[in-house]
Amino acid sequence: MRTRSFVIGALMAAFVLAGVASYYASAHPDGLEYVAAKTGFIDTAEDHAASDGPMADYSVKGVDSPRLAGGLAGVIGVLVTLALAGGIGYAVRRRRPDPESTPEPTPEQTPEQV
Amino acid sequence: MHVPDGFLDAPTSVVTGVVAAAGVALALKGARRELDDRTAPMAGLVAAFVFAAQMINFPVGAGTSGHLLGGALAAVLVGPFTAALCLSVVLLVQGLLFADGGVTALGTNVTLFSIVAVGVGWIVFRGLLAVLPKRLPTVALCSGVAALVSVPVTALAFVGLFAIGGQAPVSLGAVATAMVGWHVLIGIGEALITTVVVSSVLAARPDLVYGARGVLTSRPLQIRTGEAAT
Repeated sequence: MRTRSFVIGALMAAFVLAGVASYYASAHPDGLEYVAAKTGFIDTAEDHAASDGPMADYSVKGVDSPRLAGGLAGVIGVLVTLALAGGIGYAVRRRRPDPESTPEPTPEQTPEQV
Repeated sequence: MHVPDGFLDAPTSVVTGVVAAAGVALALKGARRELDDRTAPMAGLVAAFVFAAQMINFPVGAGTSGHLLGGALAAVLVGPFTAALCLSVVLLVQGLLFADGGVTALGTNVTLFSIVAVGVGWIVFRGLLAVLPKRLPTVALCSGVAALVSVPVTALAFVGLFAIGGQAPVSLGAVATAMVGWHVLIGIGEALITTVVVSSVLAARPDLVYGARGVLTSRPLQIRTGEAAT
């Protein structure tokens, strides 16, 4: 698979998960919240400093449809995460091939994969 | 398993903040050995995918749910240091933009996700791969087992922090038992997702999977012809 196809495929998967599938996610408390409630320390949780934020709890404020508000928040989150982590990845990478630690080209790599 | 503000007291949060900052600094140095021009795009992709996957809570019974931590998954795909950076970015975005995971608890969450989950996932993965046949299906299998182990161990690490800085007088034994029990179940989901995703990337581009590097280079050269080569 070409790198471009792979990148597009991976991004599509992320956008579909965050933008569409997230609407159908379980609304039950997660393992930690559940245990905190059962064993009696859930009340020590404080309100989040950003709980009034424009995208608090994965819902864009001012968008009426919950499906759209959540999906939009998911897509924005994917884009911000991609930009931040992608930027860090490019900033710290080795720019020139390093003969000592770069693995030999493998039989799996056909020329069009580059 | 995002820890909200308030579960742990201020001194504990300060200590986990220092541990997290040291871990991120170490990861920034280490990631340089893992990323080159060819694999650099994987950092952004893996972080974005983990963010998306963490939005999908799956039910684990009795009114409880869980979602992917992604520590083992990211470690196998991009290497442990880059994985720690990816998870830290995800937690930062979740905590600041979406009010998921506390702000003063950010250090705690980075410690749990980026250091414990990634570290345990990577160690279990490498340990298993060292004793099993070096083949691509083994890489996917080891990823799944590493994912399964990483979740309850991370839950136990939270209990350890709670023992030091917990803000409520509750039975530690009860917290530990419940946390590990539920997170073994969540770990099964983590293992399934991790195995499927690692298998998919291995099928598409095995050369981009950091954890498969030794496996790929140890395979003998095969002569293939025509269409079969793709």
